[in-house]
Amino acid sequence: MTSIKEKVMSRVFLLSALSTVLALALICLFLFINGIPAMAKIGAFSFMLGKEWSPSDTPPLFGILPMIAGSLYVTAGAIIIGVPIGILTAVFLSKSCPKKLYKFIKPGMDLLAGIPSVVLGFFGMAVIVPVFGESILSASIVLGIMILPTVTGISESAIRAVPQNYYEGAVALGAGHYRAVFKVILPAANSGVLAAVILGVGRAIGETMAVIMIAGNQARMPVSLFKGVRTLTANIALEMGYAAELHREALIATALVLFVFILVINLGFAALKKRIK
Amino acid sequence: MKLKNKFYERIMAMLCWSAALSSVLALLFIVGFILVKGLPHIKPSLFSAAYSSDNVSLMPALVSTIIMTFMSILLAVPLGMFAAIYLVEYAGRGTLRANKSVMLIRITAETLSGIPSIVYGLFGLLFFVSFLDWKFSMLAGAFTLAIMILPLIMRSSEEALLAVPDMYREGAFGLGAGKLRTVFRIVLPSAMPGILAGIILATGRIVGETAALVYTAGTVAQIPKNPMQSARTLSVHMYALSGEGLHVNEGYATAVVLLVMVIILNIASAKSAKKLAGGA
Repeated sequence: MTSIKEKVMSRVFLLSALSTVLALALICLFLFINGIPAMAKIGAFSFMLGKEWSPSDTPPLFGILPMIAGSLYVTAGAIIIGVPIGILTAVFLSKSCPKKLYKFIKPGMDLLAGIPSVVLGFFGMAVIVPVFGESILSASIVLGIMILPTVTGISESAIRAVPQNYYEGAVALGAGHYRAVFKVILPAANSGVLAAVILGVGRAIGETMAVIMIAGNQARMPVSLFKGVRTLTANIALEMGYAAELHREALIATALVLFVFILVINLGFAALKKRIK
Repeated sequence: MKLKNKFYERIMAMLCWSAALSSVLALLFIVGFILVKGLPHIKPSLFSAAYSSDNVSLMPALVSTIIMTFMSILLAVPLGMFAAIYLVEYAGRGTLRANKSVMLIRITAETLSGIPSIVYGLFGLLFFVSFLDWKFSMLAGAFTLAIMILPLIMRSSEEALLAVPDMYREGAFGLGAGKLRTVFRIVLPSAMPGILAGIILATGRIVGETAALVYTAGTVAQIPKNPMQSARTLSVHMYALSGEGLHVNEGYATAVVLLVMVIILNIASAKSAKKLAGGA
């Protein structure tokens, strides 16, 4: 009796664990089945490298290079803004922060990580867009703020994982506190910090709603920091509501491209994790 | 040389302090701005039972958010917890073949956790809404969100289970308990605070989610009568308000409610995690 129960339950546990495999397989299946035909019809080359996206023209043009460029620009902007501040904040939190202050800043960063992206988007619309317009810059600032807690949190644990005697060694050799931190500890933590950056890239490239609210969403090649741009995510979310036939399939193919981007980023992350171990 | 050192220390100290300061200021500015703009517009009419374009009530969205959270959690938590039990208690110390399946499960879970929410939304639209013909419904939204939070629940449950000392298991085995009884009576209860912290984190993600819901649960602004009806959560409600551009003040008020929910969830999560650190 007991042994039957044990056997059944161990199968249940295994099946539950395999549900992730099933979910991922289904996601891949549905994206590929619906996305690949569109790519074939449009032509993979003119889809990925086409500079015109005008689904309502005759004949319609489905080129997503502007959106690929848009996603890259906005993500790069977020990295430029979020990563240096994030890493320096992590150094501060792990190496210079008085304990009393830490008790406030750490939950604060957690809260920042938890603020819904629509709320950040709303904030961006009200505060940043009036200054910089609906533009690459505005989107970069908001995304920079969004990835800041991610970068800070993971960098902080990477820095804390460096053995204390590295620091002591450096100080014994005559380095000051910050020289020891920046020249010895931070380099020792570099794969963890890089992993934090990669995770930040993943978050920035995948963000949708906040970007739609502040980036302007013009489907054209980026012209300037102060002009609008459309990302891959925005392209899907904006047009999926009314798209039909080839247009709809082209949007799914857009998601496929985004998915492949994310897979590449994840692979990079996994490789790094292995190196840390 | 010494002077140069001092200079370096000064500069770096300044950089670190100012970076931390700007992080904190960004947070305070965002929270303060939302509170200042939103609090004056929190009125009783915002909490009317039914939505109309006059009262712009957020009550239906609030109720839908709670229902949506429960549904997704109910779907994802047993799966995620059982998956973690498999990984930690059943497969972890096994043969090479077991290790391969563990690797596969880990890699897929990690991949799932990196997928952007709009891709989940699109998948939900293709699979639940169209293929299974559930239409725009709470159920389609909840299934989509459940897949989205599954890796998070799994990861946190796994960590919580790993943190339970082996002594507990050995003790239970020594007293004659079977594996199943050990897991459910001894290991799981001690890991509960950690699992709970993960669930709370997942709740935060559900509450803040928009992109995965717009094309699965839809945007109907009333309280749904059954799970097959469409409904909007608070975040979707807020997105809809910002798109219309007519009800900016109500948008701020909604933001305040969302923010308060997130703050409560954060405090609860921290409490739960602390209990784990203290208890185990």
